[in-house]
Amino acid sequence: MKKFLLISLLALCVYRPAHAQETFPVNGTQDIRPGLYAFTNANIVVSAGQTITNGTLLVKDRLIEAVGHNLTIPKGYVTIDLKGKYVYPGLVDAYTTYGLPEAPRQSFNRGAIVPVSTKPGAFGWNEAIKPEMQAKMIFHVDAAKAEELKRNGFGAVQTLIHDGIDRGTSAVVSLGDERDNEVFIKDEAAAQYSFSKGTAATNYPSSLMGSIALLRQTYYDAEWYKSQKEEYNISLEEFNRQQNMPQVFEVSDQLNVLRADKIAKEFGKQYIFKTDGDEYRRVDAMKATGSSFIIPVNFPEPYDIEDPLDARNISYDQLKNWELAPTNPAALEKAGIKFAITTFGLQNSKDFWTNLRTAMDYGLSEKQALMSLTEIPAEMLGVSDKVGTLAKGKLANFIITSDDLFKKDNIIYENWVEGRQDIISRMDVTDLRGSYSLAGDGLANITLKIGGTPGAYDLNVQRTGADSVRAKGNITRNGDLVTMHFDLKKPAGNIRLSGYISSVLPLALSGDAVLPDGTFTRWTATYTAPFTPSPAKPEQKPDLAVGPVVYPFAPYGNTELPKQETVLFKNATIWTNEKEGILQNADLLIENGKIKAVGKNLSAPKGAKVVDATGKHISPGIVDEHSHIAVTGGVNEGTQAVTSEVRIGDVLDSEDIQLYRQLAGGVTTSHILHGSANPIGGQTMLIKHRWGVLPEEMKFEGAPGFIKFALGENVKQSNWGIPEGTPNMRFPQTRMGVEQVYVDAFTRAKEYEAARAVKGNHVRRDLELDALAEILNDTRHITCHSYVQSEINMLMHVADSMGFKVNTFTHILEGYKVADKMKARGIAGSTFSDWWAYKMEVQEAIPYNGAIMHDVGVTTAFNSDDEEMARRLNQEAGKAVTYGKEPEEEALKFVTLNPAKMLHVDNRVGSLKPGKDADIVVWSADPLSIYAVAEKTYVDGIKYWDIDEDAAKQKALKADESRIIQKMIAAKNKGAATQRPDGGTRRPRYTCDTIEDDAYVVADDYNGMRTKNTDDQSKNQK
Amino acid sequence: MNMKTTFLSICGLLLGISIAYGQANISPAPPQTKPVIITGATIHVGNGQVINNGYIAFDKGKITAIGEGMPANTNGADVIDATGKQVYPGFICPVTTLGLVEIEEGARGTVDDEETGEFNQNVRSIIAYNTDSKVIPTVRSNGILLAQPTPEGGIISGQSSVVQLDAWNWEDAAYKTDIALHMNWPVLRATGRRRRAAPGTPEESQEEHQQKELEAVNSLFSEAKAYAEAKPAVINLRFEAMKGLFNGTKKLFVNANGAKEIVQAVNFGKKLGIPIVIVGGKESYLVADVLKSNNVPVIITETQTLPYREDDDVYLPYKLPKILQDAGVTYGLTGIGFWRQRNLPFEAGEAVGYGLSKEQALSMITMNNAKILGIDKTTGTLEAGKDANLFISKGDALDMITIDVQKAFIQGRDINLDNLHKQLYRKFAAKYGIKANL
Repeated sequence: MKKFLLISLLALCVYRPAHAQETFPVNGTQDIRPGLYAFTNANIVVSAGQTITNGTLLVKDRLIEAVGHNLTIPKGYVTIDLKGKYVYPGLVDAYTTYGLPEAPRQSFNRGAIVPVSTKPGAFGWNEAIKPEMQAKMIFHVDAAKAEELKRNGFGAVQTLIHDGIDRGTSAVVSLGDERDNEVFIKDEAAAQYSFSKGTAATNYPSSLMGSIALLRQTYYDAEWYKSQKEEYNISLEEFNRQQNMPQVFEVSDQLNVLRADKIAKEFGKQYIFKTDGDEYRRVDAMKATGSSFIIPVNFPEPYDIEDPLDARNISYDQLKNWELAPTNPAALEKAGIKFAITTFGLQNSKDFWTNLRTAMDYGLSEKQALMSLTEIPAEMLGVSDKVGTLAKGKLANFIITSDDLFKKDNIIYENWVEGRQDIISRMDVTDLRGSYSLAGDGLANITLKIGGTPGAYDLNVQRTGADSVRAKGNITRNGDLVTMHFDLKKPAGNIRLSGYISSVLPLALSGDAVLPDGTFTRWTATYTAPFTPSPAKPEQKPDLAVGPVVYPFAPYGNTELPKQETVLFKNATIWTNEKEGILQNADLLIENGKIKAVGKNLSAPKGAKVVDATGKHISPGIVDEHSHIAVTGGVNEGTQAVTSEVRIGDVLDSEDIQLYRQLAGGVTTSHILHGSANPIGGQTMLIKHRWGVLPEEMKFEGAPGFIKFALGENVKQSNWGIPEGTPNMRFPQTRMGVEQVYVDAFTRAKEYEAARAVKGNHVRRDLELDALAEILNDTRHITCHSYVQSEINMLMHVADSMGFKVNTFTHILEGYKVADKMKARGIAGSTFSDWWAYKMEVQEAIPYNGAIMHDVGVTTAFNSDDEEMARRLNQEAGKAVTYGKEPEEEALKFVTLNPAKMLHVDNRVGSLKPGKDADIVVWSADPLSIYAVAEKTYVDGIKYWDIDEDAAKQKALKADESRIIQKMIAAKNKGAATQRPDGGTRRPRYTCDTIEDDAYVVADDYNGMRTKNTDDQSKNQK
Repeated sequence: MNMKTTFLSICGLLLGISIAYGQANISPAPPQTKPVIITGATIHVGNGQVINNGYIAFDKGKITAIGEGMPANTNGADVIDATGKQVYPGFICPVTTLGLVEIEEGARGTVDDEETGEFNQNVRSIIAYNTDSKVIPTVRSNGILLAQPTPEGGIISGQSSVVQLDAWNWEDAAYKTDIALHMNWPVLRATGRRRRAAPGTPEESQEEHQQKELEAVNSLFSEAKAYAEAKPAVINLRFEAMKGLFNGTKKLFVNANGAKEIVQAVNFGKKLGIPIVIVGGKESYLVADVLKSNNVPVIITETQTLPYREDDDVYLPYKLPKILQDAGVTYGLTGIGFWRQRNLPFEAGEAVGYGLSKEQALSMITMNNAKILGIDKTTGTLEAGKDANLFISKGDALDMITIDVQKAFIQGRDINLDNLHKQLYRKFAAKYGIKANL
């Protein structure tokens, strides 16, 4: 078979096509051929909606000349009678790197510091933004890769440089094995983007939020660039030029779709998303983007998990994903989302059809599948006039198949690309299968049984009579030539036959044979009976029942989100945090997400649920002023001293299990901070623990913006292990330098504001300075990571002199030394209850810090900065009683009302007062006690945590896991390839000084973007 | 010495002085000279028993009597009226770096818990135990009176001892020396991100990697056992250090969290006849029967921690002590690190909301820890004849809103409960004119 291909490929190469390459000289005699073909008697699937039975397709060189029924075939055409076979448009793969060199893989070098691009040329400052890259400039036909694609039926592909955040332009090429000049369908098809910086050496960005900020800033820079004359910048020039092309954005998961779409909407763009196939997890949100998608069919293999202890290494979302990933295409179809299907991401191109058919088993329709492989990608890429359907004037890209393309046993015979034939599987040959009786000297009583499939024959030989024997033989066919050999033992040794098809009707073979002893003889094989395939085992219908999608896609997710309730809690101890103090035997009514009433003997409105809370305590939901949960892609953009442009709000992760675990500790509001790697970090985001909603829906509506500042060892990188003398070390490396970073940043911000006020948009919009200007205008507040008194004092002085306010010092372990100064400025302190001794700057941290600050008159809170501690912040508040004997009522405010005050949301949360949000916790005991258990937690009057319902959820979770594992074992037993349990895709645990690891920035490791769990919970630093 | 290092040295010196100031007036207590009787207290014996309105008498460092009501004779004794207060056995903190580490990061000179190399059987924590650590008094203030400073790192980290937390030097501090060898059981499951193998080399699975490490461990222990049986030709300090494992004077503390690793470690001990203690034990509940039937105890590391797996019960670490209690496994408890051990009572109390009784929670950090460390003959419960290691708290010492350690005795010595934090509290309360509520 292979030889055939080679021969036919060679045949294609020896003559020159008709209308191309005018400029190329010819060596020897011109060989221009007309390339006229007529394909007759075919079922021609012109498009997903239209089939012509018994149709004719006329091809003239590279183009389709006509397609239809009863066409007259003009003279001069090579006519090919397809005898009821099928013709489909050549498939279009919307996402490949075909013909492009692999991006050079660069190991992430922690030692090298590259603040701005060192790439030669008049390009932009950041190597990850490279619109100057054009696939067409480095494309080169790759016959082997083309063959792989053509075998699957593809005739044209989009090819792109798979490296960087802005990846420049792609091209659409056909898969012909011709000179590069001949295969271009569209030289610049689309502009390409991703969040992954790839091989760019520039340190920034090191986080997802940095990637987002960089992209956003690039849009502004490009806009500004149009109206200025000072700077020449090829990258921005190209960026602007590419804005009218289709914009394709590669993302790794469903939440990144939303993140990218947010940017799109900000700048009036519409991206086409290339995804990893997780859309089914949030299909409504995907639909709402209004985007079209390019999706893979690289479904995960089952895990090897018979051992129940090993099975614990597979996370629930991995199990669910294994089951649900094949439903993704159907889910998108059902939702009415426009999508193309790509082979991208398949480990083995042979899996393409198997997986596609699996997707069809799960409901992907034939029509949709065909459209997703033809018309839709063609339209997305702006090449509908050339490929995607069979119509006059389009490229002669089509495939000839034995049957309906999507049927399991369908054979793709030929794949014609721009009028050039590529034989995948010979269709015009006689089927040799059947029984033959062999005749010839020394070949008596032998029956040959040729079976298998045309293309992969097998041979069984039987001799009857005295030396009866059965043997397996070998058969090779090369066109009309047939070679066989077999060993019948008596005499030992191979009988070798070389022959040809001597007659087709009736079928007969003949030729020369060599017997084991070397004797030459003639042989003839006469067809006696047709081939009867051994009855195939009745194919088991695959088990198509799948579990439901849960929101979020994590353990303890809900199939349906819980609803707001009207509830009257009776006879509880109620910690109001208001002047009423702690009410004994009191009632609380919540309605429409708000607290309706607090007091004695309340009566239940109609329809209200009444909860007997005798012996229980009810407190406001806990507010954590300093948290790093529910963040993805890194918590620090520490590559520059000032990164006020990055926003935690861009990278919220609604699927983080910590959201749920902390609800189980009574936390309802968390302030998600950028880390403390640099003096001016990113913008923070206040969220509510609404388990199951989308990231945007977690945001605390209307809360004022904050930004993270940091002082001390982290920002001067004392413990980063950077060798002294490393070139380009980031400034500052001392506390002295930290002061100057602030003075410089705010000086620039003031100048910027002043300039913008006069010249408007002629001054380049700078998102970094925008955020600082907001601080100066008191519309954005600072929470500053801080430890020792000297630097705290410094920042207060800088703030005074530059005219801004510090809202909160967070951690503030030496707050007790400067409490009077904080009080004088109205600065709040959010500290740890009892942390110390974990580094030099906390050697005088004391657990009485909270009590001193509070007693001096500073608004004081305890925070977690730790996903474990966060779920028992009530106990941490209790330590204000341990250390300093704060009254219990005041102590509870350290984790409720006081943080709410410093976050300027105390009008909404922090106390139990009619009109405030119904964010409440029902405790089994005094909430400050070690013995208190959070039994129910409500956010906005919606019960997101209930200890009894959780018990039921655990049972259901175990049952669902077990069900999927049974199914996996069954799949494995049926022979599916398996993969080893790999510890699951755990989220990294972020604290202040988590510096993002290289997982995020490595070029093409999309599936590995989520860092694997390290299980090292022993030492987390603040 | 260049300018910079001179400067740093001066800084260090100044720092040293200020630290010394913080500690200078906290001296170890002199030996008990007079009998002491505490009366009117609720006495938590440590073994589950509670004596209401009880008394406890001790002399020359030993408990002489304990009971309900008043003692027959209070002559010549200092009588402490503890009416309405609680008396507890001193809490015991096993497997800690207390006294070995002063500042975790950025001050390597103060870090002495981890030697280089994989096999360090012969190193001994006791001689690095720094009685002048300013962390120790802060831990003591919450009732922790004994600890097991423990080396970390490598496959075999070294030997630990038990110390009492009020001493002039490590020699005085030593309560029971070189009681255990500490081992980190090689991890079976891949935890970190998978390494990309160098081109052309086969990737080593975690199982294969662990197998190699275990083979090294197996041959080490077999040789050590043989070495212990006969007088060797050449002295091998590492084998010398292991002798105690084979004659019952030392235990092997194995850090293991995964169920499979725990089973492997238990079988390893059984095969070699070595007493094993599992430290960590996050998944011990999955193999509780194995632990019970082999009589292998577990020292749980923290209750206040996150579940091992995302799909585990969110409260699983809080429930772990109760599960082991019900399964009949002997279990103790430690916190993590060194300074955080002052939260040990709360780590124990945490389990009470999830099914353990308060007295069982107390036993975890008193009697059970003493048993596992092999010091239960002299401490861990309040019984006549045992050391007078105990303290008086105004309220329930397992709960942060009631703990208030007002007096503590180690071997009958009335120890100073002041610490750096209280001193700084007083100092700054005075500056601001507010009351220091100590």
